Amino acid sequence: MAERGASGGGSGGDSLDKSITLPPDEIFRNLENAKRFAIDIGGSLTKLAYYSTVQHKVAKVRSFDHPGKDVEQDHEPPYEISVQEEITARLHFIKFENTYMEACLDFIRDHLVNTETKVIQATGGGAYKFKDLIEEKLRLKVDKEDVMTCLIKGCNFVLKNIPHEAFMYQKDSDPEFRFQTNHPNIFPYLLVNIGSGVSIVKVETEDRFEWIGGSSIGGGTFWGLGALLTKTKKFDELLQLASRGRHANVDMLVQDIYGGAHQTLGLSGNLIASSFGKSATADREFSKEDMAKSLLHMISNDIGQLACLYAKLHGLDRVYFGGFFIRGHPVTMRTITYSINFFSKGEVQALFLRHEGYLGAIGAFLKGAEQDSPNQYSWGENYAASSGLMSTSPELCPTQRARSGTFDLLEMDRLERPLVNLPLLLDPSSYVPDTVDLTDDALARQYWLTCFEEALDGVVKRAVASQPESIDAAERAEKFRQKYWSKLQTLRHQPFAYGTLTVRSLLDTREHCLNEFNFPDPYSKVKQKENGLALKCFQSVTRSLDSLGWEERQLALVKGLLAGNVFDWGAKAVSDVLESDPQFGFEEAKRKLQERPWLVDSYTKWLQRLKGPPHKCALIFADNSGIDIILGVFPFVRELLFRGTEVILACNSGPALNDVTYSESLIVAEHIAAMDPIICSALREDRLLLVQTGSSSPCLDLSRLDKGLAVLVRERGADLVVIEGMGRAIHTNYHALLCCESLKLAVVKNAWLAERLGGQLFSVIFKYEVPTE
Amino acid sequence: MGAGRLGAPMERQGRAAAASAAAGESVSLDVETRRREPLRRRANSAVPSASGAAEGVRRERPGSLSGTASTVRPRGEGLRKRRPLFPWFGLDIGGTLVKLVYFEPKDITAEEEKEEVESLKSIRKYLTSNVAYGSTGIRDVHLELKDLTLCGRKGNLHFIRFPTHDMPAFIQMGKDKNFSSLHTVFCATGGGSYKFEQDFLTIGDLQLHKLDELDCLIKGILYIDSVGFNGRSQCYYFENPADSEKCQKLPFDLKNPYPLLLVNIGSGVSILAVYSKDNYKRVTGTSLGGGTFFGLCCLLTGCSTFEEALEMASRGDSTKVDKLVRDIYGGDYERFGLPGWAVASSFGNMMSKEKREAASKEDLARATLITITNNIGSIARMCALNENINQVVFVGNFLRVNTIAMRLLAYALDYWSKGQLKALFSEHEGYFGAVGALLELLKIP
Repeated sequence: MAERGASGGGSGGDSLDKSITLPPDEIFRNLENAKRFAIDIGGSLTKLAYYSTVQHKVAKVRSFDHPGKDVEQDHEPPYEISVQEEITARLHFIKFENTYMEACLDFIRDHLVNTETKVIQATGGGAYKFKDLIEEKLRLKVDKEDVMTCLIKGCNFVLKNIPHEAFMYQKDSDPEFRFQTNHPNIFPYLLVNIGSGVSIVKVETEDRFEWIGGSSIGGGTFWGLGALLTKTKKFDELLQLASRGRHANVDMLVQDIYGGAHQTLGLSGNLIASSFGKSATADREFSKEDMAKSLLHMISNDIGQLACLYAKLHGLDRVYFGGFFIRGHPVTMRTITYSINFFSKGEVQALFLRHEGYLGAIGAFLKGAEQDSPNQYSWGENYAASSGLMSTSPELCPTQRARSGTFDLLEMDRLERPLVNLPLLLDPSSYVPDTVDLTDDALARQYWLTCFEEALDGVVKRAVASQPESIDAAERAEKFRQKYWSKLQTLRHQPFAYGTLTVRSLLDTREHCLNEFNFPDPYSKVKQKENGLALKCFQSVTRSLDSLGWEERQLALVKGLLAGNVFDWGAKAVSDVLESDPQFGFEEAKRKLQERPWLVDSYTKWLQRLKGPPHKCALIFADNSGIDIILGVFPFVRELLFRGTEVILACNSGPALNDVTYSESLIVAEHIAAMDPIICSALREDRLLLVQTGSSSPCLDLSRLDKGLAVLVRERGADLVVIEGMGRAIHTNYHALLCCESLKLAVVKNAWLAERLGGQLFSVIFKYEVPTE
Repeated sequence: MGAGRLGAPMERQGRAAAASAAAGESVSLDVETRRREPLRRRANSAVPSASGAAEGVRRERPGSLSGTASTVRPRGEGLRKRRPLFPWFGLDIGGTLVKLVYFEPKDITAEEEKEEVESLKSIRKYLTSNVAYGSTGIRDVHLELKDLTLCGRKGNLHFIRFPTHDMPAFIQMGKDKNFSSLHTVFCATGGGSYKFEQDFLTIGDLQLHKLDELDCLIKGILYIDSVGFNGRSQCYYFENPADSEKCQKLPFDLKNPYPLLLVNIGSGVSILAVYSKDNYKRVTGTSLGGGTFFGLCCLLTGCSTFEEALEMASRGDSTKVDKLVRDIYGGDYERFGLPGWAVASSFGNMMSKEKREAASKEDLARATLITITNNIGSIARMCALNENINQVVFVGNFLRVNTIAMRLLAYALDYWSKGQLKALFSEHEGYFGAVGALLELLKIP
């Protein structure tokens, strides 16, 4: 779309820009249900925000009226699946150049259906200038909101809701972006907003912030003084000039004053003693590039120094930088970071925000939407629709965008329920869910990107097959393929586009893309069939377990859990087997497993523990439907219950691959209860509790879990956490430290990963951990 | 300053620049090292010595005239032997400007005069009978300290400056005048004492005695303040700095100098926290200093001297160039308590083509001056807060003939600190490093 936007570029005047054809369905999406508009108009970019609802299909599972009877009949599935329309809330944020303002407003007016909207919240320096145009075009009343209040509101919002929102910029590392895991408490922090001037704001709580200082030497100084010195009018061009210049030609350096002696004195000769000190002469000409570079250093150093002085005075070490001077410009992030490191001697970190450009719009929107209490919900970045970091930076992706500042999108989904930390995390502030950082580990990144590319055909095929009655399934699946493929290509070149790249983010992005094209649950039928088949085996499995002696049974239960975990459609090695051999079952899976000693094997320690007193309450995160949950997890749960341990069984709120969902788990439990008195009474007596995780990911982020789950864990005093499966126990949480006992188990169903871990395909990880004193 | 040779390549009279030396390493020096040095020295000074007496005198802050001091200084052979040979110079070689102080003995006896070698006499006559040397050297006659007693000798202290780029000519003059035959010691400070050390040696056959510039700076300030300014006060402040009508320059008695924040504005800026005579630390510095003001003015206006830049600035209007709070908010920004007249963005109006075209060179010079000055004020204020110091002394050659900057510093410090901080200034603004070097020569503690 950018290419179209840029077609009039270069010489492009206003008249050309206004005549561009927008690709509206790709930019102003879901306008028909849009309400609550907000707009942030900056010097050159406009950010529009609105709330909308997205209608998409979801696969609902529902028991038949007489479940007990039907399950015995061979041909009947255990429950029915119906596809329903569901409405979810979504926030849309669009960034576009001010020059497109009129065209954009026209488009919005033409597509706006909802007429309840009467006002539009506006902020930013340009809000005044465009007030009349907006009121005339949209027939909405413009309500002006305070710029800084909006900025802070927006900043709080992204810091709370978007994982990996903040990052450090490190010049010499590859990639340069170091994302921060979200701190459970974001306050207090310092926000240094570098617009035309600099504002330094101390933020103490959601509603309390204070302007503690500022400086008039800011982006406007760079731009204004730069334009005077170099006759270059555009900000971006000035930055480009600066990145090519050599400031030492203009600045007086320490070595210019000390000669060569600075080394013996322990001084760094390259430090600037006097900015523009060498230009104090009428005899010499200076190049534009050199002057721009000198100016950039002068301003960045000055801001960094002031920020450090304020941080020190107020005892703060988290300093976020924003404003148009920073926005998407590696050049300025680099110089600011350098300055902060220099002046604070490493004590203060310069942090930047992925969605910094949207803070004002988000804040203005939140002000207008207070009656919807958006702050009560948790929100999640939609990877399918959002553009990603640096999407518009000409410095980083010259091919993708012909000029900076064309369209950029951010969409956030409202999550059903608020998400919180698992109370059992040892140290929530240092918890990192992901085991491998693919932004860091280039080898692993190449492998996984290729792996996901190769699996794409299969996913497309599965998606089409899941909707045989739909006439446009093939078409949508193709769109899905293109979307996800292009995301993977973006991530190959910009692994930092959506925060730290991980197997989890690749999986989540795929789920978001599938949802985007209305494939909410491609595995629903597979899961239905497998659940049906497994339920039929449940009693024979438990019977044979019950016939074993205690010690033998414990091992069999663990093996059952592991064998069940082999049934994972997300793993290509397994899906190939399952596709080709429909007879492949529980027993075959057990034979596939590695013999003990396992790759990671603390089973003996676990067995020893089992000989001791029962746990009070176990929290189990289940993985796949079918054999995994029914023949692996439930017998294990049954044994725990039998020992007197209460069990909280947590399943995903939404579908992901063939992972068991919460609603499926309810039906499965109901069916099992009908066959098994232990499960039945435990359910009835609330000793077995089924909960949802709040997640729709094949992985597990223990810092974003359903609040209800967290409450229950606390109430019941859970003292054992069982995490099952590759996605939850290896790709994530492998190194997670908990303050209670934990059991992480999985079968490594990926040869490459197995080799990395020092084993072979179908190696077993059985990691039982007891927290140290 | 020899015979028109110094600065011969230069044509413009009085081409002096804004800066003094100390600022050079604005962002360079390690605070810890700085702190350690003076402490070590203080330990050394615990050894009883004749200097103890002089130190006592300093503490008592005697009257500014020489007589008082001379009564307590021990005289006699011992001192005479340790007293260095004339000529007595102190040199401070900065990034832009060289500052030279010269002590002219006025108590020369006839016998002494007879003994005095020709070259020494010629130097004395040359320096004291001229006010300009070559085309670039200038003696600040108005700063001359008269009837000063130093090491038992009575005389006048002269203050001379010339641009650092004329150093080669200065060294050549030393060679031509056969300085090395005088067996004098050149005490020098500033970055240039390192840079030109080899040239002094190979060309002039002169050995420089290099001294730490911050030590010299502090020594110089304390000494000069103690002797006063020919009966007047050395230190002063501004009352009603923002009001052209009512603004008054008033003497300030620095009777309780510590703790003191010392802001030396040369080419760049150094900020020191001084807790006692020999306990101080360098807090920070900035590269936005006098050199930046003059450098930017040269680029923006084509001016060629510091004086010219200041003169243009005095006629300009910075509000045409800067974006004020009221330009954005129509008045005060009450949410943050910002007055409408405050500058929101320096040069912010220059983002617009129309306003660029409407701004005059004078406006640009003024805006440059205001920008640099406000920034120094702001950093100084933050340092004062962080160090919990409330008197701030601004020195350095940026402030020479620069009332606009001084009044602005005075006003800004007062306004933004709500009257908590006081900006102080000193008459000999740029010469303290050179004075400190001279004191080292004379071993005056």
